[in-house]
Amino acid sequence: MGEFKVHRVRFFNYVPSGIRCVAYNNQSNRLAVSRTDGTVEIYNLSANYFQEKFFPGHESRATEALCWANGQRLFSAGLNGEIIEYDLQALNIKYAMDAFGGPIWSMAASPSGSQLLVGCEDGSVKLFQITPDKIQFERNFDRQKSRILSLSWHPAGTHIAAGSIDYISVFDVKSGSTIHKMLVDRQYMGVSKRKCIIWGVAFLSDGTVISVDSAGKVQFWDSATGTLVKNHLIANTDVQSIAISDQEDSFVVGTAEGTVFHFQLVSVTSNSSEKQWVRTKPFQHHTHDVRAVAHSPIALISGGTDTHLVIRPLMEKVEVKNYDAALRKITFPHRRLVSCAKKKQLLLFQFAHHLELWRLGSTVATGKNGDTLPLSKNADHLLHLKTKGPENIICSCISPCGSWIAYSTASRFFLYRLNYEHDNINLQRVSKMPAFLRSALQILFSEDSTKLFVASNQGSVHVIRLLEGSFKHLHTFQPQSGTVESMCLLAVSPDGNWLAASGTSAGVHVYNVKQLKLHCTVPAYNFPVTALAIAPNTNNLVIAHSDQQVFEYSIPDKQYTQWSRTIQKQGFHHLWLQRDTPITHISFHPKRPMHILLHDAYMFCIIDKSLPLPNDKTLLYNPLPPTNESDIIRRRTAHAFKISKKYKPLLFMDLLDERTLVAVERPLDDIIAQLPPPIKKKKFGT
Amino acid sequence: MVEEESLRVVRCGGSELNFRRAVFSADSKYVFCVSGDFIKVYSTATEECVHILQGHRNMVTGIQLNPKNHLQLYSCSFDGMIKLWDYTDGILIKTFIVGCKLHALFTLDCAEDSVFVTINKEKPDVFQLVSVKLPKSSSQEVEAKELSFVLDYINQSPKCIAFGNEGEYVAAVRDFYLSVYFFKKKTTSRFTLSSSRNKKHAKNNFTCVACHPKEDCIATGHRDGKIRLWRNFDDEKKYTYTCLHWHHDLVMDLAFSVTGSSLLSGGRESVLVEWREAAEKNKEFLPRLGATIEHISVSPAGDLFCTSHSDNKMIIIHRNLEASAVIQGLVKDRNIFTGLMIDPRTKALVLNGKPGHLQFYSLQSDKQLYNLDIIQQEYINDYGLIQIELTKAAFGCYGNWLATVEQRQEKETELELQMKLWTYNKKTQGFVLNTKVNMPHEDHITALCFCNAEKSENPTLVTTSKDGHFKVWILTDDSDIYKKAVGWTCDFVGSYHKYQATNCCFSEDGSLLAVSFEEIVTIWDSDTWELKCTFCQRAGKIRHLCFGRLTCSKYLLGATENGILCCWNLLSCALEWSAKLNVRVMEPDPNSENIAAISQSSMGSDLFVFRPSEPRPLYIQKNISREEVQWGVFVPRDVPESFTSEAYQWLNRSQFYFLTKSQSLLTFSTQSPEEKLTPTSKQLLAEETLPTTPFYFILGKHRQEQQDDKLNEALENELVQLPLTENIPAISELLHTPAHVLPSASFLCSMFVNSLLLSKETKSAEEIPDDVSMEEEKESVDSDEENNFTEEVQDTNNTDLGKDIIHQLSKSEEKELRKFRKVDYSWITAL
Repeated sequence: MGEFKVHRVRFFNYVPSGIRCVAYNNQSNRLAVSRTDGTVEIYNLSANYFQEKFFPGHESRATEALCWANGQRLFSAGLNGEIIEYDLQALNIKYAMDAFGGPIWSMAASPSGSQLLVGCEDGSVKLFQITPDKIQFERNFDRQKSRILSLSWHPAGTHIAAGSIDYISVFDVKSGSTIHKMLVDRQYMGVSKRKCIIWGVAFLSDGTVISVDSAGKVQFWDSATGTLVKNHLIANTDVQSIAISDQEDSFVVGTAEGTVFHFQLVSVTSNSSEKQWVRTKPFQHHTHDVRAVAHSPIALISGGTDTHLVIRPLMEKVEVKNYDAALRKITFPHRRLVSCAKKKQLLLFQFAHHLELWRLGSTVATGKNGDTLPLSKNADHLLHLKTKGPENIICSCISPCGSWIAYSTASRFFLYRLNYEHDNINLQRVSKMPAFLRSALQILFSEDSTKLFVASNQGSVHVIRLLEGSFKHLHTFQPQSGTVESMCLLAVSPDGNWLAASGTSAGVHVYNVKQLKLHCTVPAYNFPVTALAIAPNTNNLVIAHSDQQVFEYSIPDKQYTQWSRTIQKQGFHHLWLQRDTPITHISFHPKRPMHILLHDAYMFCIIDKSLPLPNDKTLLYNPLPPTNESDIIRRRTAHAFKISKKYKPLLFMDLLDERTLVAVERPLDDIIAQLPPPIKKKKFGT
Repeated sequence: MVEEESLRVVRCGGSELNFRRAVFSADSKYVFCVSGDFIKVYSTATEECVHILQGHRNMVTGIQLNPKNHLQLYSCSFDGMIKLWDYTDGILIKTFIVGCKLHALFTLDCAEDSVFVTINKEKPDVFQLVSVKLPKSSSQEVEAKELSFVLDYINQSPKCIAFGNEGEYVAAVRDFYLSVYFFKKKTTSRFTLSSSRNKKHAKNNFTCVACHPKEDCIATGHRDGKIRLWRNFDDEKKYTYTCLHWHHDLVMDLAFSVTGSSLLSGGRESVLVEWREAAEKNKEFLPRLGATIEHISVSPAGDLFCTSHSDNKMIIIHRNLEASAVIQGLVKDRNIFTGLMIDPRTKALVLNGKPGHLQFYSLQSDKQLYNLDIIQQEYINDYGLIQIELTKAAFGCYGNWLATVEQRQEKETELELQMKLWTYNKKTQGFVLNTKVNMPHEDHITALCFCNAEKSENPTLVTTSKDGHFKVWILTDDSDIYKKAVGWTCDFVGSYHKYQATNCCFSEDGSLLAVSFEEIVTIWDSDTWELKCTFCQRAGKIRHLCFGRLTCSKYLLGATENGILCCWNLLSCALEWSAKLNVRVMEPDPNSENIAAISQSSMGSDLFVFRPSEPRPLYIQKNISREEVQWGVFVPRDVPESFTSEAYQWLNRSQFYFLTKSQSLLTFSTQSPEEKLTPTSKQLLAEETLPTTPFYFILGKHRQEQQDDKLNEALENELVQLPLTENIPAISELLHTPAHVLPSASFLCSMFVNSLLLSKETKSAEEIPDDVSMEEEKESVDSDEENNFTEEVQDTNNTDLGKDIIHQLSKSEEKELRKFRKVDYSWITAL
């Protein structure tokens, strides 16, 4: 008999949506990623690629273009013809503006950041002026025959290259007229295809235009003469995206076969200044179309239909071998999609447009450590709750007692009361939500299910008392004066006295729920918080950051605990700091106060504070304790971090009771099986 | 005649042509390749061997054109010498003695007076690249001891070293790393690939390297079939590479075209791949080249490529990827099952060639004549696949018939056997399949032989098998009502106490057949197939069996596995003599009574030549080869030698060739090594190589012979007679002086014409043009050259006499008249 009985849940049929665009912001070192369902995610590359913000999707907003302008302003445009600006502080949409050109296929911000260019379905290229709080239409360029699929500014801002179907146009920005029209060969491996779509263009400062097209070509054009300079045939299928580095010495293209090719400008001989573009390394990290690529100074970033965001570091640009030097694949959102009602053994799964409630199966059998026990009762799908309206669900939660479900979209907040009558479930919506509860970024129930905490996007946290079938607004913790940063993470102490709330960058605020006032603020740390939890009895707040640091802060004492200071002094094991994914959940063992349970996507860890900390020489990952060795050796080698990598990718793991764990896994193969089939490639030997 | 030195074992051609990359001359007219101790110069247009550069005393390991004079060639050898050759004349110019074993040679345009060689000094597997300064000296042999070290711990193969960008750097690969040494900076960069620790990259080993001629780009081939193109390698951090992947097996060699616009690669797929502009999608193929591509070389002019293949073949390929010429040596890729045979028609050596083929190899010209496809199935080159093997072959009836046996055994019980009989077709000048016998025996066929007796009216073939039977096959009318088709059928099946039949042999007159059944030899009457008698010596299984010839035809010889050689007298049916000899090869000479036996001992192989009539050997040569000799054969000489010494008399009519386990073809020669090694300067003489043109008739030896005839026949006849060229100093001087030291042609012309004029006392000058025109006339006639010639000479002498008549006469009359005249004339002169 092992230490824990584990419910291994694999029926969470979560499929992330495919990546459509990526945009890299050099100033803030952030990456904006838009998905096919309209979701826009912001990754902080400085903070170990943590997904710090996200804007929920919308059914009618298919994003086709995404760009940063004027420093930190993020714009997107899509097939509904609207240009949208996002509010990165409040995490909502600032405004949407119709460009009146039909669906928008492409968008590019000028190098100065003051102008925005969109390419539309009707062949028009529209120039917008970016004003401090809005954008304003300025003028149209010469209208082209067919849709403008790609746009690129000359770094000096004087010219524009626009990729259309079968040709590339070069515009003069001042006059708005076409200077050159460069026709692209339709031939594809000797066969004439119907049309050649220019999926991407890049304008270099020396006047070279690089184009990628549906015939698998990467072509170099001289924009001064409008002639083809060089042609690289790299794929049998479409080349769909291109991104160029700021130094213009390398660029990256992505193909529909899932291959990403890197091109570099290398000198022909060591003693001549002549340089040429050379295709160097191909990377095959995707199975499906690579719809978008980005080029950060140290890495190639690509994303596509197979939903992975792949960051491939350029080894020659990485100074030291650290976290940045590793290839990483980001598949799952860095937030919780699963909530658990421990007492009733219920799991609530959050999808884009619906919620699913499941009751865990049970078993009467017992077995040895490592045995798979047969189920005496299968897991039950209790509820399928569809949202109303086109908006995606932002967050959801089920109360620990299992009788309340709350979720929120961008504009509405829903609260349901569940009544269990034997096997039947009675779902009742709590109506007449107050006006201030419009949208929530995080929802949390207290341990006794009597209070509901809602973090709204205005930076405030609402406290609501739940009564049988009704509710009462108790208090609103207003944000600190001057900050409008919204809170994304909430944690409540099991006794219900303390509430911790954290935003994306500022410190963690601890509120006293009894007295309804701010108790203290944990000092801000450089890296965003990825998970929060308050320990029972001791009321120690455990905070995990995206750089894999874990702090323990004593709320009553308003200071870091001794253990936390010790571990900060000694430092974490280097392998611990090199892990890929952020810690997304922290929980505690009710009977063992020294234990902290936490997990990320690839491991589950129990930190035993009573044991010595590991140093860099000790083995961090020792999955199976050697059975034949004596207890003395085992004790000598034991350290505080007990790590299990058995369950992966792990979306959620929590303790149901003292001896039972629940683990929600989502195997990657199951996701791939639900994607459209990739382009079939002949594989040698098959 | 031939001076009788001691008998030496010499390598007689058939050596590897594919040992190193071939080298083209600057004008692409010639291609050079190393071949054992020699360098061969082939014409790229005609595939003919133009010169053989002989002089090294060990394997030649590298050749390169002299960058300062592209009419000269450097070569290096295991004998520690670098030699400089004039390849147009085949003359050795200079020898540089380095002293240690040289494994590879490289030259550079910019390195003025030094070449690069690969040596190994200490450990057996550690090789260094060093540059050798070649001292300037007028003497023929110079010591070159000034070595300067360039790179250490490199691969032995010259494919793993390449010089790039006009000698700015040298790239060397070994195992999992590429090292680049920059001559100017004197620094070495090293790039390592992730190695075998990672299972995915286990086959990342470098196999070959090539440098781009214009750009800083290094191409490397790998064991997993990838080609990597490295750039920016002058910076150990910023280096980058790209992959080209088409080959599924290791890349054997790489070469850039002269302009660098395309890269050629080849490997076990036997496909030459041309990567244009180093792009993965832009590639061209030349498939079906027959065997693994071992080396690729590119002509300096850029118009030709040359691939060397594992079946000892070189293919000259045009720039547009069309094979234009094939230079095929003796195929030595595989096991020799058939042994050595002589095709009675072509006198070619016949043995296993390409998979499923018999090769016909001319020993005189060291050239493969042709391949006969026996198995007639596409060969699939796949490791672990059990192939059909051509195991036995025999010629019969003076080369009219060829019998072959092929087998394939996948499991113990699943034997596939096929016997094919091929008839020689005079029209097509080749063998045509006549009869195919599926499963001629139940088990492996151990031997087959034709009855080659002159009197036998019906071709007869005997096969013996492990199934305990021997079968007699005869040629009969096939079931064709016109009785035109013939085929082979089994005529008789014999066995002896269920023993395995191991050998068979017909007596010279074909009256007796000897079949050995393990330890027992049985003698059968070939007319009635009656068992005549048996011999049993209880000395182990019979390994070889043969009848004596000519005067010794009453003897039967048998060699057993236990090392006993027995000779039985067929008249007395008793053992004549026996000797303790572990015979590996026993071959009778078809032209004499002699039998050659090669025995194997721990020291090496020894040769014994003896006659069956007496147990004392005629000749013993100890230690002819260190390794085991597998096969031997007597090849009849076209022109018998006349060795007077008793020891060598056995070589008068036939020459003995043998093949060792490592497949080197060796023979015996009495010529001294010096004689063999002297440059063949006589090849310079015009008459040796001249084709039969009018010029030849003026200058050639031919004239001398004619003159002899004429002198005998009609001495006092006032015959047109050209002076012999050898006797005229002007002509010989003209022809034998190198062209570049000759005075101008106008100066020589009068002298040359004067020399052709006949001196006054014999002829009048007018007759000369007559004579010349006659020669031309005669050329078109061709047959009966000499006789006609004399006739016509006489004809023209009497033109005034016959001119009117000839036109009216019919041909037969004319002939008669001529004959009459000839007779008549001689009669008159006799008076």
